[in-house]
Amino acid sequence: MLLVPCPNCGPRNTSDMHYVGEVTPRPNSATATPEQWRTYLYTRANPAGALRETWYCRSGCRRYFVLERDTTTNVFADPPLPGNKTAGNNTGGVG
Amino acid sequence: MKLNPRKVNLNKMPKAKRRPPRYGAWTLIGRGAANRGWPRVWRTVELGAAYDAVVIGGGVHGLATAYYLAADHGITNVAVLDKAYLGSGGSGRNTAIIRSNYLTPEGVAFYDRSLELYNRMALDLNMNVMFSRRGHLTLAHTDSAVRTMRWRSEVNKLCGVDSAVIGPEEITKLAPSLDTSDQPRFPILGALYHPPGGIVRHDAVVWGYARAADHLGVEMHQRTEVLDIEVTGGEQPDGKGAGGRVAGVRTNRGYISTPIVINCTAGWASLIADMAGVRLPISTRPLQAAVTEPVKTFLPTVVVSGSLHVYVSQTDRGELVFGASVDPYNNYNLGGSLEFTEELAGHVLELMPGISRMRLLRQWSGLCDMTPDYSPVMGFTDVDGFLCDVGWGTYGFKAGPVSGEQMAQAVATGKTPDLIAPFCLSRFADGALVGEKGAAAVGH
Repeated sequence: MLLVPCPNCGPRNTSDMHYVGEVTPRPNSATATPEQWRTYLYTRANPAGALRETWYCRSGCRRYFVLERDTTTNVFADPPLPGNKTAGNNTGGVG
Repeated sequence: MKLNPRKVNLNKMPKAKRRPPRYGAWTLIGRGAANRGWPRVWRTVELGAAYDAVVIGGGVHGLATAYYLAADHGITNVAVLDKAYLGSGGSGRNTAIIRSNYLTPEGVAFYDRSLELYNRMALDLNMNVMFSRRGHLTLAHTDSAVRTMRWRSEVNKLCGVDSAVIGPEEITKLAPSLDTSDQPRFPILGALYHPPGGIVRHDAVVWGYARAADHLGVEMHQRTEVLDIEVTGGEQPDGKGAGGRVAGVRTNRGYISTPIVINCTAGWASLIADMAGVRLPISTRPLQAAVTEPVKTFLPTVVVSGSLHVYVSQTDRGELVFGASVDPYNNYNLGGSLEFTEELAGHVLELMPGISRMRLLRQWSGLCDMTPDYSPVMGFTDVDGFLCDVGWGTYGFKAGPVSGEQMAQAVATGKTPDLIAPFCLSRFADGALVGEKGAAAVGH
């Protein structure tokens, strides 16, 4: 069972979370071509190793945050501590 | 179910060469009694320096591709590489269910061809794959699920697939152990009944294809891990990526020169495609399954419940095989979780309260390569000579034979066959997705 370190609520079970998925760079909406939008929407790096991903704390603080996890070991790199508002919150995820 | 003869027929080849030898009953008894004289099922040979085509991934898809390349098109200078042993990935970890009652006409046509090939597989490969055509029930627990079942059954009927919506009374006749009363939290309101569906011994399918391909001259190389794919002339600084051309494959056992590389690596598909500079719309997620101790046969059909995220069938040995939905986050880790067994047991008991005293023997997981539209990615890519047969998610086993057949045709003719044209990689750039989520075995 994976405990997700929420920056606001502390470690929470994955059933409390919604997995948004891999962080992909969002193109500039003013200049993006349809192809760039579709790459952003669908194409994924899907690494076996360090992955930056967005989680949504569904049953807790109801905030989006970004964490880095190793997809082969499930260890979170540098998990944020509860109350540390500078870590994680709304940093480039799908809002 | 029609048993159509294969379109691209084998009759051009001498008959003796087409099929591997039969396993005769007397030979089996004789060898079994003495326990010696067993022939090698496939050869172990040295890795060659050059092949006409290299298939990465020794599962059902990879082996079927190699087999049909040799059997249908006479391309026998082919190597199948696997970093572990044949059938060590999804092919040996799935729940062995086959069916063709999909939602989109593209999906139905494709999986129905696969079912045809499964029907005649034992004859084609001279191997008993233990295909049990026992019928397939997809249960509906809500009004909206019943509506989707009707939609699916109408699409199926128009495509010539045997499929119908039935009520609780008929469900009880087919599978008496199911609780069709109004007592459960999610009562069974109806089901989509698909008589041609069933289960197959998945290891036998792997071994059968490997044996038949070997007989035609294809080489199987186990414990051969692909470290890099050499691509020249592509848009990236290292020569990979769009516009490039495959030159060869670097493995842990040496370099192979080849113009064609076919990626059949399921959960590891993104990693292999990266080596060629191709990016895929795939996320790797594990799917967990479990099996109980064996008991007397009591479940005559395959039972699937999308709302309860579970599918159940009973093997010939009497074990109940359960599968569930994929884990909720990307992962390459094959570890199981207690959360899964707990949820699974709860859901199965909701369907079949009578088996509450049964014990689970073991659980395992396999990696699924999920795509955004629950349809595969097949055929040519922007890199010349690099083909993909991936994105098979939770439904790859049932599509193995037809995927192999169509991929072999693509390689041999250089053109995308009509049957797999809807599943090309460029559909994501064009926005022409094939939405098959409604017919995935369980809700994801």
